[in-house]
Amino acid sequence: MIRKAWWKWVAFLLLIYTSIYGFIVKVPKLDDRLEHSIRNMFFHVPMWFAMMILLFVSVWYAAKYLRTTSPIDDFSSKAFAATGTLYGFLGLSTGAIWANYQWGSPWSGDPKQNGAAIAMLIYLAYFVLRGSMTDEDKRSRVASVYNIFAFFMLFPTLWILPRLTESLHPGGQGSEGNPGINGKDMDANMRSVFYPAVIGWTLLGVWVSTLKIRYEILKAK
Amino acid sequence: MKKYFKSLLLILFAHVCVISVHAQDAAANASTDVMRSNGKIYVVMAVVVTIVTGLFLYVYSIDKKISKLENK
Repeated sequence: MIRKAWWKWVAFLLLIYTSIYGFIVKVPKLDDRLEHSIRNMFFHVPMWFAMMILLFVSVWYAAKYLRTTSPIDDFSSKAFAATGTLYGFLGLSTGAIWANYQWGSPWSGDPKQNGAAIAMLIYLAYFVLRGSMTDEDKRSRVASVYNIFAFFMLFPTLWILPRLTESLHPGGQGSEGNPGINGKDMDANMRSVFYPAVIGWTLLGVWVSTLKIRYEILKAK
Repeated sequence: MKKYFKSLLLILFAHVCVISVHAQDAAANASTDVMRSNGKIYVVMAVVVTIVTGLFLYVYSIDKKISKLENK
């Protein structure tokens, strides 16, 4: 499955579609500031969606490792965590660019920004933890347990706390939507670009992760 | 199959390059020039498409190298 080509083609075509149609599609004028920068919805927001999916796969393999203790599960867990974290940092930096023009400064201490940054630091600690141990069995086991902790820290940092206070992002206290997007801001046209973008970026992340896994397997031989 | 895949990718990439070059030496008649219409947004589109294509070519080449090592 991971060596098959068809889903890599799907990823490529979906992202080419996104980066062409994402510029052409008619977008609603939501406020005087946002204008065409709402098209960031096709590039910035999918980073977070893909990150959450990749980190979920990572914690899945972490739990699987604890049951099987197969090194391949540990490689998988590490690779998906790495790609997921990369997407998270891309999300933070693209968000900062957008925020500079929408909210007036790259970092406003918005609860969602702070939460995402904390979540990323927690995942960075995962790699520090891995690097600090030389015994392979011990490293894999401790890393798997920490991975489960790190994944469940995403719940408060990304999904709960940003909802409880006022936020510049949609979905804070007293505003519509979830902490990432206000569903009502997107019309059917935008959805037809947004969802393919999410699938495309996720598949690209899976592809890169499988390459890392295959490399680790080769190295272990 | 793999050779076919690679050549198709290269053709797509070349296509994007041609579009961008075409944009630079196109006639000054703005109304008939797609790349110069709509606030030149299509120039940005060409840049993004080139980046995405290049990224995929890179990942694909790594994939091929790993496959080679696996088959050894």
